[in-house]
Amino acid sequence: MLDIAEIKTIEHDVLIVGAGGAGLSAAIEASSLGMSTGIVMKSLLGKAHTVMAEGGMAAALGNVDARDHWKIHFRDTMRGGKFLNAWRMVELHAKLAPERVRLLEEWGAVFDRTKNGLINQRNFGGHRYPRLAHVGDRTGLEMIRTLQDYGIHQGIQAYMECTALDLLTNKSGEVCGIVCMWRETGTFIIFKAKSIIFATGGGGKAWEVTSNSWEYTGDGYAMAYEAGAELMDLEFNQFHPTGMVWPLSVKGLLVTESVRGEGGILLNNEGTRFMFNYIPERFRSETADTEEEAARWLKGDPNARRPPELLTRDVVARAINEEVKAGRGSKHGGAYLNIATQRSAEDIKKKLPSMFHQFKVLAELDITKEPMEVGPTCHYFMGGIRVDADTTMSSVPGLFACGECAAGMHGANRLGGNSLSDLLVFGYLSGKNAAEYAKKVATHSELDKDKVIRIIRNATTILNRESGANPYLLHEELEHNMQANVGIIRTEKELNKGIDTLGKIKEAYKTVKAKGTSQFNPGWHEALGLRNLLITSEAVAHAALLREESRGAHTRADFPGEQEHWLHYNIVITKGDDGEMRLVKVERPAPDAELERIAKSSIDTLEMEIEKEREQGKT
Amino acid sequence: MATRKFQIYKGDHKNGELVNFETEVNEGMVVLDVVLKIQAELANDLAVRWNCKAGKCGSCSVEINGKPKLSCMTRMNQYGPDETITITPLKTFPVIKDIVTDVSWNYTQNKRIKPVKLAPEAKTDKGYVMYQEDVGRVQEFRKCIECYLCQNVCHILRDHDKKDEFIGPRFMIRVASLEMHPLDIVDRIPELKKEFGSGMCNVTRCCTEVCPEDINITDNGIIPLKERVIDRFYDPVTILSRKIFGKRKKKLPPIKP
Ligand code: SF4
Ligand code: SF4
Ligand code: FES
Repeated sequence: MLDIAEIKTIEHDVLIVGAGGAGLSAAIEASSLGMSTGIVMKSLLGKAHTVMAEGGMAAALGNVDARDHWKIHFRDTMRGGKFLNAWRMVELHAKLAPERVRLLEEWGAVFDRTKNGLINQRNFGGHRYPRLAHVGDRTGLEMIRTLQDYGIHQGIQAYMECTALDLLTNKSGEVCGIVCMWRETGTFIIFKAKSIIFATGGGGKAWEVTSNSWEYTGDGYAMAYEAGAELMDLEFNQFHPTGMVWPLSVKGLLVTESVRGEGGILLNNEGTRFMFNYIPERFRSETADTEEEAARWLKGDPNARRPPELLTRDVVARAINEEVKAGRGSKHGGAYLNIATQRSAEDIKKKLPSMFHQFKVLAELDITKEPMEVGPTCHYFMGGIRVDADTTMSSVPGLFACGECAAGMHGANRLGGNSLSDLLVFGYLSGKNAAEYAKKVATHSELDKDKVIRIIRNATTILNRESGANPYLLHEELEHNMQANVGIIRTEKELNKGIDTLGKIKEAYKTVKAKGTSQFNPGWHEALGLRNLLITSEAVAHAALLREESRGAHTRADFPGEQEHWLHYNIVITKGDDGEMRLVKVERPAPDAELERIAKSSIDTLEMEIEKEREQGKT
Repeated sequence: MATRKFQIYKGDHKNGELVNFETEVNEGMVVLDVVLKIQAELANDLAVRWNCKAGKCGSCSVEINGKPKLSCMTRMNQYGPDETITITPLKTFPVIKDIVTDVSWNYTQNKRIKPVKLAPEAKTDKGYVMYQEDVGRVQEFRKCIECYLCQNVCHILRDHDKKDEFIGPRFMIRVASLEMHPLDIVDRIPELKKEFGSGMCNVTRCCTEVCPEDINITDNGIIPLKERVIDRFYDPVTILSRKIFGKRKKKLPPIKP
C-alpha cells in the first residue's frame, strides 16, 4: 500500500511550472511581491525552448523609426491573427511590451545598439516598422540567460529536472497543489500552492517534422484539461515554411525567415521559381509578378513590389507542400532555397552567420555556393489554455497560464517576434495576478489523498507492468499519424482517419511499458509525456474537424477561404463528465469599439491620428 | 547505410561499464542521433540529456572517444567507417546515470557572482544609452550556452578537482561580462582574487579551444581580468589613486579575434 505520508511535501504561495521566458518572468514578478515562489522545470535551468528563438522581441519602442506606436503594433497583430485574437490581450501586449523590454535591459540583457546608443530594432514579416529588439540571431538565449541570472538572486526556489504529473484541486474546485516526479531518482514530490502558473509551452512534438524539442509534449494543456480547465483555438498550429529537410538528424530544424528577407528564392526540381504561381488574390496588388521586378526590389527600388517568397508563412508553407505533392520536390522531399545566386558570399556570411554555420556543420553544405533544401515544419501553437485577458487566470480558480500554453494573444496566426514579447508581458501579468490571488488565500488546502495516490499509481503502473507497448514506437506512430492526417492541409476524410488512428494509439497506450528502474529513465519519461501529447493531439484533430473554413494557420482543402460566420466563434474544449472530450463553438464577445476602430482603420488614417496626438503632446 | 559499433557508458558514479551496441547509421547523422536511436531501439532506459539539437542549449555535452564535445554537433562521418565510437560522461562532474552528469556545482558558482547593476544616471526615458563598440566584447561572452565543456577540460577542475578554489573558465567570463559591461557599477575584483581563484589559471587555453561558441575565453576574458587584479592589488600607483579617487573607471582592452 502506498503511504503518502512518506512523500515529501513542499509549500509555496505561488508555484510556476515551466522555466522558459514566460515562467521566469512570472516567477520574478511573484517573488518581488513577497510571495514564496517555486519554479518547476523538466530540464536544467536555462535550457528551455526559449533559447532557440532567433529573430527578436517585438515592441513599439520607436528607436529606429520614431513613428512606431502601440496602436500600430496592435493593428499589425490583429491583422496577422486574422482578427481571431483576444482583443484585450493584444492591446495589453502592444502597450506593455516596450517597458518590459527596457526592464530586461536593466536586468542585464545586452541588445544590439542603434547609432544613438539605444536598443536596435529590425524589420520582420507583418510588422509595419523595424520593431524587433534583438541580439544578432540569438535573442532567445539572451532573454533566458538574463532572466535566469537575475532570477537566481530574487529568492526563487528552482526545482530542476522535475516533471509535473497532475494538478490537485480542493473541495471548492480551486487549484491547491501539484504532484511531481524527480527525473533523477524517480521519486515523487507534492507541491502545495495557493496559486499555480502554467508556462509549459506547446505540443509540437506530436508531429514528425517539427522545430520543437522533446519537452514540447503539451503537458500544460493536458494537466489543465484533466483538472477541468477550458482549452481554446487548438486547431491553429503554425507550420513554418522553411525547416531543414536533410540530413535526417536535423529534419525540421528552423531556417530563419531572414534568408528570404535577404533575397533567398524558392525553386522546384525543374528550376522554376514557383512562388509566382501561388500569389493569393488579396496580396496580388502588393506582390511582384515577374522575376525582373523582384530583382529590382532586392536592389532597393522603392517602386518595385515585394517578391512572392515573402508572402505570409501559411501561404509559403502551402505552396511548398503542393510542389512536393505534385512530384516537383527537391531530392529529399522539400524545395530548394537559394541565396547563393542572389547575394555575395561575403554578404551571406555577414547577414546570416548562424545559418551559414548550421548548414556547414550539420549538412556539410556551403550556402554561399549551393541551395538549401527546406520544407514546412511544425513550429508554434496559437491555441492553448483559455485565460482571462487581464488576469491570465484559466477557468479553474487559482490556475494561471502564460506564454505559448495560453490561448488568445495570437489568434489564427502569430507574427514573428510577437512570441518573445508575449513571454515578457504575460509572464509578468501572470506573476502579478497569481500573487494577488495567493494573498487572498488564508491557508493551504488539505490534500486529496485519493487523488495523489491515483496520480502516482498512473505513473508507476507504466514501470510495473510485465510487458506492453514500447513508448518510443507509440510516439513515432503518433507523429506519423499527425503528420499524415492532421498536417498543414486538412480534409474531413483525413481528419477522421487521424482521429480513428488516435483512438487506436490511445488503446495501445493503456498497456504502455517502460523497461528499467525509476532512476533517470527516459523511456518512462517518454511514456508519461505521451499521455499529454495524446490529449493535445486529440484536441487539435477534433477542433480542426469542427472549424470548416481556412483561416491563418488552419487550412481545410475542403473549405477554402475564410468564412465570415467563423470569425465570430472560438472552439472551446473541455473534459466532459463522462470522461469524453467535449467541443463547443463559443461566440466571441463584441470587441471594444475603440479597439475595433484602430484595427480596422487604414494605415494612413492611423498614422495621421498618431502624429496629431503627438503634436498635442498626448502620447 | 552501414552497421557501426558503439560503446556507451552505463552505470552510476560508483559502478558502471562500457556497454557494446551495434546499430545502423544513416547518411548525415550526428552522434546524438545514434544515441537516441540506441535508446529507442536497444536500451530504452539509457539516460541522456539534450534539448535543441542545434548547438544552442548546451545540454548534450559528453566525451566522444575521450574528446569533450556537443553530441548534437558531432557528425558521424568524422570517424572512420570501422572505428568503434566510445561515448562517456563528462569526467569532471559526478555521474548521475549513464552519460548524464550532475552539473549542479556550476549553478552554485553562478549564484556567488554579484548581479548586474547599471548606473542610474545613464537611464533615459528611451532606456539606457550604450554604444555598439562598447558592448561588442560583452556580447562575445554572452554567447555562452553553458555547455560546461570548458569547465570539463580545465585541468584545475578536471585533474586536480579544486572546485572549492576556482570557479572555472565559464564563470571567469561571466564575471568578465559584468566587469566589462559599460554601465555596470558593481566591483567584483576583490572576490575574483580572493574567492573565485583567478590566480589559479595558468593560461593553458584548453578552455578556449573546446568552446563550441568560439568565445576567446582566455585572451579576451581571463587575461584582462587577471590584469585588473594585478592593477588593483599589486600596482602601488593604482592603489594610491584608488584611495584618493575611488573606483577607477573601467577601460576596455582591445578585442582579439
Ligand atoms: S586557460 Fe585557465 S581556465 Fe582555461 S583551461 Fe587553462 S587553466 Fe583552465
Ligand atoms: S564558455 Fe564556451 S565552453 Fe564554456 S560553457 Fe560557455 S559555451 Fe561552453
Ligand atoms: S542539444 Fe542543445 S546543444 Fe546539443
